[in-house]
Amino acid sequence: MNYKMVAYLIGRIMVIMALLTCLPLLVAIINHENTVTGFLLAIACQLVLGFAFSVKKPKHSELYAKEGFVIVALVWIFTSLFGALPFYLSREIPSFIDAFFETVSGFTTTGATILTDIEKLCLSSLFWRSFTHWIGGMGVLVFVLAVLPKSHASQSIHLMRAEVPGPQVGKLVSRMRSTARILYGIYIVLTLLEVVCLRIAGMSWFDSLLHSFSTAGTGGFSTKNASIAAYGSVAIDAIITIFMILFGVNFTLFYLILTGRVLQALKSEELRWFLGIIVVAAVIITLNISSQYASFLEAFRYAVFQVSSIITTTGFITADYGQWPLLSQSILILLMFFGAMAGSTGGGIKISRVVILFKTVFHEMRHQLRPRSVSSLKLEGKAVDEKTYLGVMSYMSMYVFIYVISMLLVSLNNLSFASTFTAVGTCLNNVGPGLEAVGPVSNFASLSGFSKLVLSVDMLAGRLEFLPIITLFSLSTWKRR
Amino acid sequence: MRIIIVGDGKVGMILTEYLSREGHDVMVIDNNPEVVEHAVSAFDVAGLSGNGANYNILVEAGATRADLLIAATSSDEMNILSCLMAKKLGTDHTIARVRNPEYAQQLVFIREELGLSMIVNPEFEAAQEISRVLRFPSAIKLDCFSKGRVDLAEIRLPENGYLAGHKLSELYKICKEKVLICAVQREDEVYIPDGDFMLLAGDRIHITGSHSALASFFKDIGMFKQKSKHVLIIGGGKIGYYLARQLSDTGVDIRIIEQSEKRCLELSEMLPKATIIHGDGTDHATLQEEGLASSDACVVLTGIDEENMVLAMYAQTLGVSKVITKIDRRSFANMAEHMEIDSFVSPKVITANRIIRYVRAMEYAKDADIKTLYKIVNGQVEALEFAIRDKSHYTDKPLKALKMKKGMLIACIIRHGRVIIPNGDSHLEVGDSVVIVTATDGYVKNLEDIFA
Repeated sequence: MNYKMVAYLIGRIMVIMALLTCLPLLVAIINHENTVTGFLLAIACQLVLGFAFSVKKPKHSELYAKEGFVIVALVWIFTSLFGALPFYLSREIPSFIDAFFETVSGFTTTGATILTDIEKLCLSSLFWRSFTHWIGGMGVLVFVLAVLPKSHASQSIHLMRAEVPGPQVGKLVSRMRSTARILYGIYIVLTLLEVVCLRIAGMSWFDSLLHSFSTAGTGGFSTKNASIAAYGSVAIDAIITIFMILFGVNFTLFYLILTGRVLQALKSEELRWFLGIIVVAAVIITLNISSQYASFLEAFRYAVFQVSSIITTTGFITADYGQWPLLSQSILILLMFFGAMAGSTGGGIKISRVVILFKTVFHEMRHQLRPRSVSSLKLEGKAVDEKTYLGVMSYMSMYVFIYVISMLLVSLNNLSFASTFTAVGTCLNNVGPGLEAVGPVSNFASLSGFSKLVLSVDMLAGRLEFLPIITLFSLSTWKRR
Repeated sequence: MRIIIVGDGKVGMILTEYLSREGHDVMVIDNNPEVVEHAVSAFDVAGLSGNGANYNILVEAGATRADLLIAATSSDEMNILSCLMAKKLGTDHTIARVRNPEYAQQLVFIREELGLSMIVNPEFEAAQEISRVLRFPSAIKLDCFSKGRVDLAEIRLPENGYLAGHKLSELYKICKEKVLICAVQREDEVYIPDGDFMLLAGDRIHITGSHSALASFFKDIGMFKQKSKHVLIIGGGKIGYYLARQLSDTGVDIRIIEQSEKRCLELSEMLPKATIIHGDGTDHATLQEEGLASSDACVVLTGIDEENMVLAMYAQTLGVSKVITKIDRRSFANMAEHMEIDSFVSPKVITANRIIRYVRAMEYAKDADIKTLYKIVNGQVEALEFAIRDKSHYTDKPLKALKMKKGMLIACIIRHGRVIIPNGDSHLEVGDSVVIVTATDGYVKNLEDIFA
């Protein structure tokens, strides 16, 4: 372990995070709110820590996969701890564990909340909640890579690999910094586009900005207790549906489209699966729930919104799907596990992994029936290499393992099975709402402090795809060799 | 610049490292996915695995708008084909590594008729570097500036030598001829010395001066070695052949020890002036018989690094005044620096350096101020040659009146083809070429940058 380099980079990142925290501070100052001290303290802590760590650039600047994982995990934990300070110090969320949960939920773009009355929060806190979604969506380190001077970047692929979701992480262009800038460029432009659309559809500037942050990061924090349902507008529903799907798409495809390779982008197998699953799920749910709504179209409007919201792991709500028939609920829970496309801002297992798993089943079956047949597993027209395949398998093993342990720990609350199961699922997949006690119209306030900590770790583990968090907590990482 | 590197072997890897560090957009293509994977995680580059002469792969790698393609796979034909494809696809410049001596005679034809920008032959380049050092054996390494008018020599200060324990200002007083010590390498640190700098035994110092000035400087400090007249070459491979051909033109007596009888016959046909000996170069008796101890210089070029290093150390203990060793593996080259092996060449590194110089020349062709740029001392120090075209605040003033930044040094001034080693009373004129030495990487872009 190159401790000095780890500390140095974390320091640099802290300073940048401090600068980002100035935005909600500005909102607090303009509106004369009592969160000012909280934000100031968070900024001061990050600056002091940041400068203390990054005073001297270490001589050896090597970074390997292990350092990458540790840096990413620590940065996410630190930023969540400091990010919780404003909520806690302003007494808007009196318990620190609750504030931590809320911030983790923000940065990991989960959108699960412990607040019973969101509308009571002051503007700067609302802003900060949604802004954490926006930063966490594309990634803290991707942002840092975009702004750091280039001399740091020679082995930074390890940082990006540890943070960007998906089985295969590559660069769009040769330079890490350019890649990060392109990603953030696309991200910012899409976000602004949504802000304008929502404003035209009738939201206030502030609300449209905050909802765009939440959509962009596929988070799900709203400014209303009833989430998007509070607006009851078809136009707003439609705009958010479209943008949720857009942010669930692999950003590489946007880059391909921008560089004129539209056909190549549309040919993407993962994209076709993603859109296909959305269409099929929306149609089935529409048919299933049509009896509960006045018209077929109305049923479709709620179905397609909820399907997009859950599969992209955003977690906005326009209808209480807890009241829908069990088939619809089951489909939504299934989609929660599928998640969005790899390389998007969404969470979950990721479509590409699901497709690989799905194909493995058929592949294996064919192989059992005809033991001598030779065939290769293909994704995007290319054979899936051994390493990717093993990566998917080990990801799934870790996924199941952590899921089971978290289930056991959360069941201490003695809630119903459905609540416990979906509470862990919704956190691990970074969705937000679950069923029953943690369903669309309730929240996580009723859980014990211990469960909230467990779920916070789950959210981080799910967002960073396990390896960074597991690496951080494994002894062999810290052994001196 | 956008650069595509085809074939990420040793040369490719060095190029990938240097070029990506210098801020170019590098794309690596190699047949072996693991090699590509390694390159992508170790350096800030993108990679593709596949055949570098495949149309689809080249298009995907961006050959249609690349500025340069470097083909350094193990196959000459493949390299040439890659370059041709890229050229047709729209890459501006292409560089191929071509090493087969059978193509050596037609290199100019290949380059000009097929439209390649540059062809590098590692073995030939290595032979050239060796023959340069043999002509001036006092130095461990020798580089040339300004079309060969200025030499940059590297020497290691011996224990209880003449220079150790002296300040540079005293040193310049003793010497009749004007030379300048422009960089000192001590353990892992590199210093750009000023007049108060104290030299110690074991330092590696880099000296600039004209050829004759350096020769008399070495005489003054008692380190002068005569030009090698009797050279023993162990190993008659490609480098051995090129070297023998270059040396025999200058009237040096050459003996080559080669193990394979067939190769010996070939060599004897191609090199009528050289003495070819069929025998094992590692055999003690053979070496004694062929008079290793009485040779001026011994060049060890067998195919095995370990053998070369042992032979070199043995030759040095016998008192052969100049021993040059070929070392291929980079890690051995680092070890050799810590051992008593002074002069060694690595064809791969030389090839990579040649290509990097070409890339820099391409880059600087745009802003015409920098004429050449050399990396010395393992790439830690830059030596840049500037042309002064216009009048400026620093021209026609004595240098002592100008304030220079720390760690910058004017190593020499070339005026009307004559080399001037500057002192405080020297001045710069329009039309001069100036060589600047600095340890700060890529900072100096024009002459303005060196003044405080």
